[in-house]
Amino acid sequence: MSTILIIFCVLSAVTLATAFLTIFSRNPIHSAIYLVICFFSIAGHYLLLNSQFLAIVHIIVYSGAIMILFLFTIMLMNLNEEKEVHRPRITRLGAIVSFCLICLILIAIFINSKPIVGEYVTTGEDYQSIKVLGKVLLNEYMVPFEFASILLLVAMIGTVLLSKKEKLQK
Amino acid sequence: MDSTIIIEKGVIIVAVFALTMLMAMYSTWAERKVAAWLQDRVGPNRAGPFGLFQPLADGLKLFSKEEFEPNTPNRFLFFVGPAIAMSTALMTSAVIPWGDRLHLFGRDILLQATDLNIGLLYFIGVVSVGVYGIMIGGWASNNKFSLIGAVRAASQMVSYEVAMGLSLIALLMMTGTLSLREISAQQAGMDWNVFYQPLSFIIFLICAFAEANRTPFDLAECETELIGGYHTEYSSMKMGFYLFAEYANMFISSTILAVLFFGGYNYPGMSWVVENWGVNIANIMGFGALFIKLCGFIFFFMWVRWTIPRFRYDQLMHLGWRILIPLSIVNIMITGIVMLRADIAAYFGF
Repeated sequence: MSTILIIFCVLSAVTLATAFLTIFSRNPIHSAIYLVICFFSIAGHYLLLNSQFLAIVHIIVYSGAIMILFLFTIMLMNLNEEKEVHRPRITRLGAIVSFCLICLILIAIFINSKPIVGEYVTTGEDYQSIKVLGKVLLNEYMVPFEFASILLLVAMIGTVLLSKKEKLQK
Repeated sequence: MDSTIIIEKGVIIVAVFALTMLMAMYSTWAERKVAAWLQDRVGPNRAGPFGLFQPLADGLKLFSKEEFEPNTPNRFLFFVGPAIAMSTALMTSAVIPWGDRLHLFGRDILLQATDLNIGLLYFIGVVSVGVYGIMIGGWASNNKFSLIGAVRAASQMVSYEVAMGLSLIALLMMTGTLSLREISAQQAGMDWNVFYQPLSFIIFLICAFAEANRTPFDLAECETELIGGYHTEYSSMKMGFYLFAEYANMFISSTILAVLFFGGYNYPGMSWVVENWGVNIANIMGFGALFIKLCGFIFFFMWVRWTIPRFRYDQLMHLGWRILIPLSIVNIMITGIVMLRADIAAYFGF
């Protein structure tokens, strides 16, 4: 076995184990911490695929920002295992539908990206570098990129509005 | 990869580790001396000449103190908190170029642990992970005051990371690279980035204070309100690790400031020294120049600590979100306009 294969196996084991522990752990803070470890091991997978930029951005955004805010809220809300609310059926259905949609998108991405990556392999260009990524994102995929940022902006304005509304009612 | 590279990198990593620890140790001594000087006192003067053995005595005391553990259900996380704080403080030094290159034993040795082409992002990533040490430690202490201290520290660090990242974007637009080695090389001579990006430098400096949890941003350790902050429940070497991590962070922040804005290892007349005295002497002097610059920043950190009182919490958030972030966005826009001034002038037909 080559070293990379061993690293891959260890990383995959860690990813899967922490992902399952995230779901099954009773204490919400423990499951958040397991999720952080899971994110780190996913960043390790990116490094194995030789995409340093993606790995670091993944750590900055997910482990460094989102999960910290998550931990924050959980710590301040002081959730206990008994307080776990029973989810209504429609939420479960929604979760299943969104999972299927994500699977569909992922399969589409894998099918579509293969010929594009092949092009870069033949020209020998480092398609993981920031320069190539930036050019592709802001030329070819400009519109979806902007749509994604508009989506984030809408979500942000929505949250601000929701938090303001509560204040007005008081 | 042949074994000489592994040995070479190993030596550099150990040397950098030793340097960071030594600087963190002697920063505690220097802090007391600077404080004493600013307050017209003598400072530590019993252990050794000028009190130079004081850090060793402190370390011995911390190691030999009784290890006290609070009654917490999360003993493992209580143990992990200081470990994360310490390791993230030490990890950043991997991408810092301590000098250009040495020519020894017929090979060129880069004075850097690793030259990542995304070095700056690596730095931001490690800094953002450093918050976990404080949060996990504070939460696992099973104490309200520790938790509030931890939450304060974390919210402060997350808020100032935004401004820090934005201020670096303006710098990146100019340098066009994320590699710290290339950024250092671009500033050869007196072509320092601070002359081109003064606003970016000031924002980054303020954010570095906040990231290292130093006064005027040390609300996490606000004694009058929160006892000792997130490390209230810690004792012995675990607390020592938290304190040490703070000083190591200060050292690394000073180095990053020197590398990004003050020319790194460059000093005026470096090319002349390379031609006349050889590569090795020039680059050892380069390391000396970087060391002097970073010591200046460490002194600045201490100077501010004993000059400016602590901010109130709402003032801190106001400064971060309402002043620094808009300022850095304006800075990015100005940088963009200046970079594209020829195109803009041509478009409007001047």
